[in-house]
Amino acid sequence: MAAVGFNINGKAVSVDVETDTPLLWVVREHLKLTGTKFGCGSGLCGSCTVHVDGKAVRSCQTSVSQVSGKKVVTIEGLSPTNSHPLQKAWVAEQVPQCGYCQSGQIMQAAELLAANKKPTREQIVTHMDGNICRCGTYPRIVRAIQRAAKEA
Amino acid sequence: MNEQIKNNTLEISRRGFTKGAAGLTFSFVLGGSVAGHMAKAFAAEGAKLNAWVTIGTDGIVTILCPSAEMGQGVLTSLPLILAEELDADWSKVKAEFAPANPKVFGNPHELFKGAQITAASVSVPGYFMPLRMAGAQARRVLIDSVAAEWKVPAAELSTDKGFVIHKKSGRKISYGDVAKFAKIPAEPPKITEADLKKPSQFKLIGRKDIGRIDVPGKSNGSAKYGIDVQVPGMVYASVLQAPLEGSKAEVLNMEDVSKIKGVARVIPLPFGVAVIGETVEATRAGRNALKVKWDTSAATAANTDSEKNKADYARQGKDPAAKAITEYKVGDAAAALGGAAKTMEAAYWSEYCYHAQMEPMNAVAKVAEDGQSAEIWTGTQFGALAAGIISGILKTTPDKIKINQQLLGGGYGRRIWPDAAIQATILSNITKKPVKLLLTREDDVAAARPRPMTHHVLKAGLDAKGNLVGWHHRLVSENVDAVAAPPRFQATGGKDYIGARGLDQAFYAIPNVQAEYVREVRGMRVHAWRGIGAGYNKFAAESFVDEVANATGKDPLAFRLELTKNHPRAQAVIKTVVEMSDFKRKRPGRGMGIAFSDYHGAFSAGVAEVSVDAKSGKIKVHNYWVAADPGLVIQPDSVHAQLESSVVYGLSAALLEELTVKDGAIQQTNFNDYQVLRMSDLPEIHTRIVTTNNPPAGMGEIGVVAVAPAIANGIFQLTGKRLRHLPMSAERVKKALA
Repeated sequence: MAAVGFNINGKAVSVDVETDTPLLWVVREHLKLTGTKFGCGSGLCGSCTVHVDGKAVRSCQTSVSQVSGKKVVTIEGLSPTNSHPLQKAWVAEQVPQCGYCQSGQIMQAAELLAANKKPTREQIVTHMDGNICRCGTYPRIVRAIQRAAKEA
Repeated sequence: MNEQIKNNTLEISRRGFTKGAAGLTFSFVLGGSVAGHMAKAFAAEGAKLNAWVTIGTDGIVTILCPSAEMGQGVLTSLPLILAEELDADWSKVKAEFAPANPKVFGNPHELFKGAQITAASVSVPGYFMPLRMAGAQARRVLIDSVAAEWKVPAAELSTDKGFVIHKKSGRKISYGDVAKFAKIPAEPPKITEADLKKPSQFKLIGRKDIGRIDVPGKSNGSAKYGIDVQVPGMVYASVLQAPLEGSKAEVLNMEDVSKIKGVARVIPLPFGVAVIGETVEATRAGRNALKVKWDTSAATAANTDSEKNKADYARQGKDPAAKAITEYKVGDAAAALGGAAKTMEAAYWSEYCYHAQMEPMNAVAKVAEDGQSAEIWTGTQFGALAAGIISGILKTTPDKIKINQQLLGGGYGRRIWPDAAIQATILSNITKKPVKLLLTREDDVAAARPRPMTHHVLKAGLDAKGNLVGWHHRLVSENVDAVAAPPRFQATGGKDYIGARGLDQAFYAIPNVQAEYVREVRGMRVHAWRGIGAGYNKFAAESFVDEVANATGKDPLAFRLELTKNHPRAQAVIKTVVEMSDFKRKRPGRGMGIAFSDYHGAFSAGVAEVSVDAKSGKIKVHNYWVAADPGLVIQPDSVHAQLESSVVYGLSAALLEELTVKDGAIQQTNFNDYQVLRMSDLPEIHTRIVTTNNPPAGMGEIGVVAVAPAIANGIFQLTGKRLRHLPMSAERVKKALA
């Protein structure tokens, strides 16, 4: 048990947990930012995707000690007004169905658009292939990313 | 009056509908302590116009949604139906989940007969009329209240977008303002179908620009699922699920696991070994450290092996003495086959499938100190069943169990059975604390309630001219109803409604049909899975239709048009998908396959454009076209979304999904060995709605059904090889093509 300090969504936090605790549980159960979801616990589905220093990572595969002193951004912190171009596009394209995977999808897509303003369809698919959507909203995810790229 | 407003004890419950000479009438009874009271007025807080709708003095219209929201859109579409007849301002409508109370909120659809369950794509069809009646009745109450207040005849009043209007005097008043003085009559106004709008008068139903209520929250992380619930004083639980029902756990390292920091208790139970602790991470560490010896000798599925069992299934498929239960019958198929000039026969298979809902099973349960009541927070397709079972466990009554419905992170049939809520309740009752139970993905797979493994033997009889005169379809499978719907299983004398869906040939002109089912008893917890029996039965039947067409030198499309000659709706979806896909155009290196299916009142046809890599056996679907006739469309964009979703689900099942079972235990553990479709395997999906003037049918599953046979038919057209085994995985296809 040790205090681990990091920045989450612009705020400095310190949590007292076992250092090998997955960031996912710290975010969800300790900090109560439940937008980040648990799907597989093995880095296979992408539901738990967050940004660490701007890079999309699977929070179930990242221990809290690995983010010590770093900047973590979750879906709740992607935009202060929930108006990130991807979030607007997600609503415009009516992407979510059950919605459970969508925080992870958006965080994964946000990493792509931050580095590549105009991704091709192929680049989108390659970048998003690790994120499962069991409701099969893939066609709309692609459309929403394309829309966000156009409107951003 | 104020007293009643404050304690809000006025309970108006719907007794139901009585269909009499005057048509459908809507009757209410006043329940609880206020039964028999006269007019109830509501001031400041607003007016609860009936069980379904409350209008606040701020104008907010709160409409209760009786069904679970699992992505199919009912949290929007059901309130929208009521709002339509109420003439509500949609921007002021708020949707909330109705409590689990089937007496008031049950689905009157013939399939469920008043049970409050979300399944089978019948939320919209079942609730369509009740919600319209409730909306029209609430609107009448508002009109009558204004008529009394303004002393004008009710007939001079009209409504539009949240206002009651008196055209004659140029006055109008918002619903919120009406709520300040609205009087709920003791005898609520009777509404008949004649009082309802005509489709041409709809202002909300059918609108393309109305989005789903839950989409913004699902795009910013604020949407709340069962897994997101935390209650004060709760502890966490992880349960290493028993590999099969009826096994007994011997924990070999109880002491070591109990010593893990944060672990409070380790409790072996019939359904698994529970680790209770202060944090989720501690319970998972404990669960992962468990060394358990399972005694499975008493388990019903102990001898179940998905590979070895196939020999028995195949034998049952052929055995004329096997105990076959008729599920669908027209004419005399045995005689027709016996007298046929030519007969054909083929055997088909499908494997066990896992729902793979993205939110692993979970629940929070808080059992009262005296163990006589409980509060549950979970996302469930059947809250009333959870309340029933849990009340049985606690030896109390269902009304003592409060189910707080949450959003479902995927359902597809998995969340009909409330196993997580049951386990959480038992643990809360033992620990005397609120318990948040969260399964690992590995435990969610181990606790799977799979689509059954199935075997099919199909026979066709052709007369001298090549006409299809006899059809025989035997399904060999475990009985899903026996596990998932025992009362229906008993009532039907051992039929299987869920498993046998799609065995019929109700829309094909075949004079003699025998569809039957032979039961295997293997102890697996087989369950409803998106598309239920139609998923595998139509794979076999629609593939075999192609086999018959090809064997008689007929074009599979022309053959289907001939078979559907008596059913214009069936023909229309086929013709539409043919036009959409330019079906007859040959594509080099590609095969084009078509399939048709009905499902619970909806019609659909699909076309798959496929190729196959002969070396690896991997099938690629390049394009998939689907045309569907859902009758009246409530939300067009949502219908398209459900079709897209169903196609992806169908593709995944057709190409990838397979659970294998050894010694009764499922062999897969996570998404590494249970593959589901990812974006890189996504074809271009093209959807079209065929509009007809029919009552609305559900859209959550119809699109799944035609996918697998359309692919198999496309592969046949391309390669001349018939794929008769789901999933059409690369390995299996490679063997078939060799």
